[in-house]
Amino acid sequence: MPKLTVDGIEVEVPAGATVLQACEAAGKEIPRFCYHERLSIAGNCRMCLVEVKPGPPKPQASCALPAADKQEIFTTSPMVKKAREGVMEFLLINHPLDCPICDQGGECDLQDQSIAYGKGHSRFAENKRAVTEKYMGPIVKTVMTRCIQCTRCVRFAEEVAGVEEIGALYRGENMQITSYLEHAITSELSGNVVDLCPVGALTSKPYAFEARPWELKKTPAIDVMDAVGTNIRLDSRGRQVLRALPRINEDVNEEWASDKTRHAVDGLVRRRLDRPFVRVDGRLVEATWERAFEAIKAVNAGSSVAAIAGDLLDAETMYAAKSLVRAMGSDLLEGRQTGLSYDVSSLAALNFNTTIAAVERADVVLLVGTNLRWEAPLVNTRIRKALRKGNAKVFAIGPEVDLTYKVEWLGNDAALLAGLPQAVLDAFKGAERPVLIVGGGALKLDGVQAASLALIETLGLIKDGWNGYNVLHFSAARMAGLMLGYAQEGGIAALAAKAPKLAFFLGADEVDYGRFASSFKVYVGHHGDAGAAAADVVLPGAAYTEKPGTYVNLEGRVQRGGRAVFPPGDAREDWSIFRALSAVLGCTLPFDSYEALRAAMIAEVPALGVEGLADYGWSAPSLPSIAPSGEFGYPIQDFYLTNAICRASPTMVRCSAELLHGQSYAEAAE
Amino acid sequence: MLEDKDRIFTNVYGFQPWSIDAAMKRGDWDNTKDLMARGQDAIIEEIKASGLRGRGGAGFPTGMKWSFMPKESKDGRPSFLVINADESEPGSCKDREIIRHDPHKLIEGALIAGYAMRARAAYIYIRGEFIREAETLFAAVAEAYAKGFLGKNACGSGYDFDVFVHRGAGAYICGEETAQIESLEGKKGQPRLKPPFPAGAGLYGCPTTVNNVESIAVAPTILRRGAAWFSSFGNDNNKGTKLFQISGHVNKPCVVEETMGVPFRELIEKHAGGIRGGWDNLLAVIPGGSSVPLVPAAQIMDAPMDFDGLKALGSGLGTAAVIVMDKSTDIVRAISRISYFYKHESCGQCTPCREGTGWMWRVMERLREGNAELHEIDMLQEVTKQVEGHTICALGDAAAWPIQGLIRHFRPEIERRINERNGAAPLAVAAE
Repeated sequence: MPKLTVDGIEVEVPAGATVLQACEAAGKEIPRFCYHERLSIAGNCRMCLVEVKPGPPKPQASCALPAADKQEIFTTSPMVKKAREGVMEFLLINHPLDCPICDQGGECDLQDQSIAYGKGHSRFAENKRAVTEKYMGPIVKTVMTRCIQCTRCVRFAEEVAGVEEIGALYRGENMQITSYLEHAITSELSGNVVDLCPVGALTSKPYAFEARPWELKKTPAIDVMDAVGTNIRLDSRGRQVLRALPRINEDVNEEWASDKTRHAVDGLVRRRLDRPFVRVDGRLVEATWERAFEAIKAVNAGSSVAAIAGDLLDAETMYAAKSLVRAMGSDLLEGRQTGLSYDVSSLAALNFNTTIAAVERADVVLLVGTNLRWEAPLVNTRIRKALRKGNAKVFAIGPEVDLTYKVEWLGNDAALLAGLPQAVLDAFKGAERPVLIVGGGALKLDGVQAASLALIETLGLIKDGWNGYNVLHFSAARMAGLMLGYAQEGGIAALAAKAPKLAFFLGADEVDYGRFASSFKVYVGHHGDAGAAAADVVLPGAAYTEKPGTYVNLEGRVQRGGRAVFPPGDAREDWSIFRALSAVLGCTLPFDSYEALRAAMIAEVPALGVEGLADYGWSAPSLPSIAPSGEFGYPIQDFYLTNAICRASPTMVRCSAELLHGQSYAEAAE
Repeated sequence: MLEDKDRIFTNVYGFQPWSIDAAMKRGDWDNTKDLMARGQDAIIEEIKASGLRGRGGAGFPTGMKWSFMPKESKDGRPSFLVINADESEPGSCKDREIIRHDPHKLIEGALIAGYAMRARAAYIYIRGEFIREAETLFAAVAEAYAKGFLGKNACGSGYDFDVFVHRGAGAYICGEETAQIESLEGKKGQPRLKPPFPAGAGLYGCPTTVNNVESIAVAPTILRRGAAWFSSFGNDNNKGTKLFQISGHVNKPCVVEETMGVPFRELIEKHAGGIRGGWDNLLAVIPGGSSVPLVPAAQIMDAPMDFDGLKALGSGLGTAAVIVMDKSTDIVRAISRISYFYKHESCGQCTPCREGTGWMWRVMERLREGNAELHEIDMLQEVTKQVEGHTICALGDAAAWPIQGLIRHFRPEIERRINERNGAAPLAVAAE
């Protein structure tokens, strides 16, 4: 624990800390461009120079200098000020003065720092450098003349994203950052380089010229594109969410977000259901809320009613629907749209027990039927970290895919679960922090759930203070849905077999609607997708940005998000739709406000009222042991088009076409 | 003047073949086993006692550098010796001559130095443009392997040692030790941050020492003839003999081995046939390769050519690449050309050097023509100070020093050009 003084303030920092961290501990702000907490140290921008005693009589880069006992650091001495001003001048001589037309304006590190360290005038009488434009794909817009060569993007691509597709070419003042052979960056995390870029060299392509940061209203929210529960900030102006940015949450997403999280938001203003529809003579026609409710009432369903939840729902919506179904006298609820029917008697046995943050400490990992890179990109980065930091070993069963790290593929045969190769057993025998991750989709095959639970014993997954048994869902609504009872024995097939007269589909677009041919189908959702097309009545609801909500991520973490904007047109928040409908159907629900609804929900499921990890208490269900067999298939066929919002998003459609299907989008000549 | 019997590089002019048989006749590979049998610490002590300072330019004591290497591997990592043959400093051409004509001195030195620092192997990183020299070196290493001097049980000493020759691609920055390590690893040649120093984590993360060709090549002879012999030459703290590379406006440019601290006048008169046009025609000398500041004629004439003697003149010995310039030289243009070189060779990694070298060169180009304002001389001086000492490696310093030397000694010349171009006598300016 070295003790040192920073500008006379004594601080004690952990061993291995850098001088920059020591300065921050002392409350001193150190300007930096290349340094980033989550990336390796490059030390190349030279902005963080400080004076160090004892040491050579020249300023030192604080980001790369280890803090040592009895050091004296000066961050405001004339030498430091002069050095930083010198570096700032160098950074600016070849940086274009195009701040008025630069999207980074207002949130630009260079702009901010130049106020503190910039000269009032330029001494540079030569021509400025111009750099040829680069292409980095549908997400990242480049203006490389603005680049200050900090190499954050290079380090991110290599270290975190695991795609070595960004690099530097040439040397000296001709050094250029470029993508490999001018191809798009084939990473599902490419949008993060936009946040990392301290200047306007890499900006968001879909968000180009949309808004200035000071015009935006910022709302903390939770992402629903996958089950990770990425903490996001929604930046909105007027009635439109213009972009989603990650918030820092060390336990969940660190400070990253997948491209889908960031850029599906432009789907929120397209193909929206903004008024009710009723099917008349086989065609959906616009209707009033009264007309739509009357049509539902006319079904006279009695207690023959069911609710099927989609993937993007908050707990409150599901609870409101559940309350209505229950009030009508039914308990037919299901959230596993695609037909999964695994045992739900123990929620702990369906949870990501190790927790996302702890996975990066794993030493041996076995993946079963899950394409982590698509199902949970930010869990994938944690495993990549485990390999980079601690030489973890990863085995996988399933079709081979590129997970960005070294994986030993065992084959694609569920039978392997009952007879793992000796090498795997040996690796787990020596492991201190073993991890098994079973894909939610993998539980589809008979016997897989029982066989994977049996591996707890075989592989020694549960140790003192360590639970290595994980199920990885990719639907944001899944854990909350299970907590609220959205699961039937036998799954959706069993529910359909009961042929409910009235079925509510809550944003459920992945259902096989053929099963419900005899039901009167009411679609409550926000996008005109598969569900609305099949419905008899369409009730326009709110998307995740348009309602406050409680979400439970794949590790059972209860999180709450806020409302950024209001639903469009006649659309309403989903809970109020069920409340209003309940009055029409004559079974008025006992809540008149969102707060009352939430209170009722918490009274029923107390865990939903406590933000943080829900305690499911470990228990493994005893299941009939069936020999697992068959081949695994991944539930996601196209990462960019997994739900109704993505499918309505031009950015996601373009990503899918370009990055996954190899279509080239010619840039229009300007 | 150094007598022939005391020369280490006895074939530096290539009068005899470089091959191993000829080299053995000259005394190389002579009972190398016995030299190694003295023990690793004894070898390092002998080198320390000889006062040998690194010949790559910085002049760090070689024996001390070797002693930084771990005596045993605690975690199973091997140690490596990297020999820097990426001689790219304008004016330097000694390593080239050694490899051309006396490669076995280097290879034997590699074995002994590698053994002394307990290295598993030596990597000789040779400059890409040295095509014939690389061919010679490949062949010489093969010869040494064929004789059993390298490889398993090298020279019968019981020590396994390999020598690999790696060709660079012609980047000056790859002569910087950590950039060279990066390049050897197959990456873009960019200097690393220090710490960690190579002796702790260098090539492939293993303890590594990077030495200049000459430093390694003289080691066997020092061991054979003794530290006392080597340190009998030169002045305190600047011992031994050294290859001087004299180029420019002398009558007979040459590479010559001389004692450290030989007076400049003697060096030029005895070996280079004097200054072209006589001593009165001498304008300035760059005594240590392009990166050190120039020294004007009056100061250099009787200066001792060693590390400390030239440091006292505000310059440095560097690689002892003596660039002599007579009065026909356009001195501003000469320094501007050097600035262009550094602008061209900057790796681009850190800001002051990447942006500063280009700026300095452009201003130098304008000063060359006088197309500038007088205050820009001070501005240029300030810019060089903004680069110097603010960079990861020393290339920034090397780019700044020649310009600082020029401004220090030739400011009137720069001012004259500016005034002349502006077409106004100083008085007329004052009258405005």
